[in-house]
Amino acid sequence: MERYWLVAASFCFLLSFGRTLFALGSGIFRPSRFNLITMAAGFLFETAFLYEKGHAIGACPLTNLFDALIFLSWSIVLIYLLVGPAYRLSLMGAFTSPLVLSLILLALLAPLDRATPPPMHNSWVEFHAALSLIAYGAFGLGCISGVMYLVQERQLKSRKVSDLLLSLPPITELHIANGRLLFFGFILLTIAFGAGVASHMSIPETKRLASMLIWALYGCLLLARRFQLLAPGRAATASIVIFAIALLTLPSVSHLSAQ
Amino acid sequence: MNILCAGINHQVAAVDVRERFAVANHEMSDVLRRIRNIDGLTEAVVVSTCNRVEFYTASICPERALTGIRTYLESRAGFEAPLYHHDTPRSIRHLFRVASGLDSMVLGETEILGQVKDAYATAAGAGTTSRMLNRLFQSAFRVAKSVRTETRITRGSTSVGAVAVELAGKIFGDLSHRRVMVLGAGDTSERVARSLVSRGVKTVIVSNRTFARAAQLAEDIGGMAIHFDHWQNEFPDVDILISSTSAPHPVVTREKLEPMMRQRSGRPLFVIDLAVPRDVEPETNRIAGVFLYDIDSLQKIAQHSMTVRQREVEHCERIIDSHVTDFVSWLRRTQHSIR
Repeated sequence: MERYWLVAASFCFLLSFGRTLFALGSGIFRPSRFNLITMAAGFLFETAFLYEKGHAIGACPLTNLFDALIFLSWSIVLIYLLVGPAYRLSLMGAFTSPLVLSLILLALLAPLDRATPPPMHNSWVEFHAALSLIAYGAFGLGCISGVMYLVQERQLKSRKVSDLLLSLPPITELHIANGRLLFFGFILLTIAFGAGVASHMSIPETKRLASMLIWALYGCLLLARRFQLLAPGRAATASIVIFAIALLTLPSVSHLSAQ
Repeated sequence: MNILCAGINHQVAAVDVRERFAVANHEMSDVLRRIRNIDGLTEAVVVSTCNRVEFYTASICPERALTGIRTYLESRAGFEAPLYHHDTPRSIRHLFRVASGLDSMVLGETEILGQVKDAYATAAGAGTTSRMLNRLFQSAFRVAKSVRTETRITRGSTSVGAVAVELAGKIFGDLSHRRVMVLGAGDTSERVARSLVSRGVKTVIVSNRTFARAAQLAEDIGGMAIHFDHWQNEFPDVDILISSTSAPHPVVTREKLEPMMRQRSGRPLFVIDLAVPRDVEPETNRIAGVFLYDIDSLQKIAQHSMTVRQREVEHCERIIDSHVTDFVSWLRRTQHSIR
């Protein structure tokens, strides 16, 4: 039954993405509530999956890489639902849905670690793991705003007004949203690290190094933005590259079962 | 019952003729009352804009209604109006096309819908509409909405000024806190600056080799004039540069702009180069954060938008046709039930 929730969520995200592609292709895209509604429906299905899984194992459903990918996709949608309507960044849902869909499909189809070890029942560890992935969700959305920034910048530089240019938000707003999302994720990740220290859990060296690397990279990026050492375009690129690195190191940082 | 549309627009009469028949807001109620009193006419709406004066009426005898409107307009202007007129169903189709912006001077413009809505509201307020015109105008508003959302008829901007404003919006979003510098006070740069001011820009700095001309333009658009030798001092705080000097060589070069951009804290710069020969080196577009558009690129964008709109006309006409058919069916059913 749990898997059906994920299939239903995937369908919602696919619907969101497909509808936007169709609208852009036919040149009559207009910001509407459709993306928000389909993303919210997908979020509810994912929440149902996580609830059932958590209920079944009697702990936070973050026991293996499969769980981590699902939780990360849930976090990205959570952050989107929190900030998307607030920033009114049109097309953000359209850019978010393919990333979220990819994460769910990867979790469902790839031969990943699905072993469910006995839960540790350490609330600090659970808090640390959940908050870290929500922070990654904010970084994921920061990455999406970075992609949108680069697409819009390229459109403006090319001096051709396409339907995509007319539909995307202003680059200044994308740059601001990108900075706020990264800052929000960084704060969450720092708190998550504090919770990790408070849990007294034993951490494999690879996980410690990978986590510190991601934290340091985002910290450096935020400082570079703060002191204008990076042009907005380069800052957007950096937010994409660092999130890609974060995704690649996810297997090592999320391998709770190894503890 | 017949729906009659009679009027003049930019296609049949020049502005010196149209202005003689235009109906100002303050006299609209009186005009509506007079039209409504024409023998055989039961309902009336008058749409009066800078490009058209049109009378939509419901009448038992359209010939008598048309003669009455002709006589009234002649008495108003002192000469015979070059009126066109349409009976049902062409009158219905005409209103739907007008409300959708298909009959406008600038194809697909959206201002007309607001004007038609205002005209209808005024007539409804004056009590000169009833079942027939109420239904007709509500249908027209629905048609205009369908045309706008289902086609690309309103896509992009079709003038250099509007394109510049649209691009500025795509770079900065809200323009109210943006600073604009006009370098060289030409006519086109004045129009673009005015377009930006109309979209909320509050700070405009004007610099021209002849200071008196800069001061005059600054006064006209509510800006501030500075001497041409000082424009570079003000530049770091500027967000939008409109350049149209008559200099024979580039005034803004990559060499000059790069160090200036470093002082701007990463803020983008939108450069609108309207001069021929160009004032701004094309290479500056390669600088991070600089978005350079010359007169050709702005005109190409405007032209492209117009081409896209023209391609959409057929699609719009199909939508309108289906709504006209629906309305005519309703009209027949209504008249049949009355009999």
